[in-house]
Amino acid sequence: MGFAWTIVALVLVLALCWRFLGAYMVVVYEGRARWLAKVERPIYRAIGADPKAEQTWQRYASSVIVFSAIALLISYGIFRLQEHLPFNPDHMSGVEWHTAWNTAVSFVTNTNWQSYSGETTMSYLSQMGALAVQNFLSAAVGMAVAVALIRGFARKGSKTIGNFWVDLVRGTIYVLLPIAFVAAIVFISQGALQTLAGHAEVSNALNGASQTLPRGPIASQEVIKQLGTNGGGFFNANGAGPFENPTGLTNFLSIVLILCIPVALTYTFGKMVFSIRQGVAILAVMTVLFGGWLTMTAVAEQQGNPALAATGVSQPLGNMEGKETRFGALSSSLYNVTSTQTSTGSVDSAADSYTPIGGMAMLTGMMLGEVSPGGVGTGVYGILMFAVITVFIGGLMVGRTPEYLGKKIQAREVKLAALGVLVMPITVLVLTAIATAVNAGKAGPLNAGPHGFSEILYAYTSQTNNNGSGFGGLSANTPFYNITGTIGLLLGRFAIIIPALALAGGLAEKTVVPTSLGTFRTDKPMFVGLLTGVVLVIGGLTFLPAVALGPIVEQLSHGMFW
Amino acid sequence: MLLDLRRAITVSIIFFVILGLAYPLAETGIGQALFNHQANGSLTAHGSERIGQNWDGPQWFHGRADGDDPTATGGSNLGPRSKELLDKYKERIAGLEKQGVTPHQDLVSASGSGVDSDISPAAAYAQISAVAEARGLSTDRLHALVENHVQGPQFGFLGAPHVNVLELNEELATLK
Repeated sequence: MGFAWTIVALVLVLALCWRFLGAYMVVVYEGRARWLAKVERPIYRAIGADPKAEQTWQRYASSVIVFSAIALLISYGIFRLQEHLPFNPDHMSGVEWHTAWNTAVSFVTNTNWQSYSGETTMSYLSQMGALAVQNFLSAAVGMAVAVALIRGFARKGSKTIGNFWVDLVRGTIYVLLPIAFVAAIVFISQGALQTLAGHAEVSNALNGASQTLPRGPIASQEVIKQLGTNGGGFFNANGAGPFENPTGLTNFLSIVLILCIPVALTYTFGKMVFSIRQGVAILAVMTVLFGGWLTMTAVAEQQGNPALAATGVSQPLGNMEGKETRFGALSSSLYNVTSTQTSTGSVDSAADSYTPIGGMAMLTGMMLGEVSPGGVGTGVYGILMFAVITVFIGGLMVGRTPEYLGKKIQAREVKLAALGVLVMPITVLVLTAIATAVNAGKAGPLNAGPHGFSEILYAYTSQTNNNGSGFGGLSANTPFYNITGTIGLLLGRFAIIIPALALAGGLAEKTVVPTSLGTFRTDKPMFVGLLTGVVLVIGGLTFLPAVALGPIVEQLSHGMFW
Repeated sequence: MLLDLRRAITVSIIFFVILGLAYPLAETGIGQALFNHQANGSLTAHGSERIGQNWDGPQWFHGRADGDDPTATGGSNLGPRSKELLDKYKERIAGLEKQGVTPHQDLVSASGSGVDSDISPAAAYAQISAVAEARGLSTDRLHALVENHVQGPQFGFLGAPHVNVLELNEELATLK
């Protein structure tokens, strides 16, 4: 029963976020918050940006890329040089080149795939000044691109789609920072750490145990990792660790923080295109997919662990291997589904030890392109590309030039949207095929049999979708996995951002076609159903064979162990 | 392009100062001032309340089957059809049965953090008869002790009910 109330509370809180945070983001990104202007003005002066000067899509895209490249270099530099820099009380040495490279790319692309263990690798400066900073900025970049694409639909005959520097600054200091600041205080009150004092040594006279407790400025990083749908943990255990996610309340708040911006952006979208109903239609698709995947996972995890079942021990609590007692199997399922249906990738339970169907739900949640509701910004621009393809297919069925939000969808739009949708599956499948063919790749998996294949497939799916969760058994901190993973990270980010911005630029220039009786209404259940179907069919057709070799074989191999 | 480059470098420095230094340091100040105990790791005379420890022998309540090493957190990462996992389970079940403890699933399986400080109430009740015998205490007293230590779900609906093993054993040590 408790879990039903958790869901009710989640829906209520998200409804409030949708309405109010969504409306607030309209005000922020349209620059109508005059009372905030004082805060941003000194930053614009320092960088020489004029908030009223807008950019074409090409200029916008080049600003995104140059900014991300600089962020990448700075982060890489901090990791490599951390032993000579301040805030290093536990004397961490410089990070290996291939690990530093993979990590820098991973955090700049909003992925937070981690091939290292935080507790034994990163100094406090690396955590605060590189990882947490990129948690904010990569999220703000995603939101900026989403808003630019929304402007493309909303504007008529415009050559410009906004100013990247302005969108970056506004998203960071008006949306992300204030929410993170308040949430971090709640996390500390619950038991998340926030100290610069270095590790603590403890010993217990009762049982003779002695432990070294790594510590750090964790709460401030934990909340932005969720809010920005980044997901990279301070420690290896990520959100399962009691110093990151100490209680049932922080677990619930983590889920709220992950979902609030992606959900609210559908309101922002509706408001900016002058029809809230259009935003509701998008949100409905996201909700249907999310609900389906949550049900699949929760039911599977209630069944218990097959290996423990084979010993005859009863499992009234469900599959608890890799799960925390204070959360239980249901709340853990909710957290991990939330994290893989967005581009977050934080986990409060070990994904690798989920039941075959539970693990498949997390894997396939990412394979759908992370649009339910997807990451901050990435979810909205991802699903809008699916929407373009949906109206195209709808147009083919009735033999009429498709329209979306009054804009004619023509060859250029369909090509760009198809490119944006297909980059991810192609990259994932090619990289997985390479890794399963070469020795350096085959050396990675911890588990044998189909589960080992799932570990490899999961790794590339996660990185290319900029998710960052992992089947943790894979030994990914090798030059092979760090370098090939980086290819997925970069393509999954920029080979989708650039088509999205090109789409925005082209759409902004178009005029609006008046609605007629023949217009396919995109704010009705028919469209919701068709869009849901398109997302499922594209994901299903591309990935079903690969998934069959992993979790499906595993599920069907009753009584077999490898 | 050159203008972009200059802007990117300048804005990165500004945000490094605001987000990378001012923000975490301000949170550290607030955390240390308002929630000093929690912000530093919830430390007591016997370790951290949040971090599981290894309890050996029948005179103590045992926790999850974890490594309990905070410098190497994480789960076993063994898949649901792993032979290695099955063998580990069989070994742990045999060990528990030898001590007269019913092998509850919490005591056989490992957690996600590897340092889970809690077990479910049922897993604590399953150990009562073994602890009672080892310490010469009545099972009724131990039953009341466990009952007193059941926490959660938080606010009645967030998470699952659990018993903190360190707190339970700390009080157990004071019983005569």
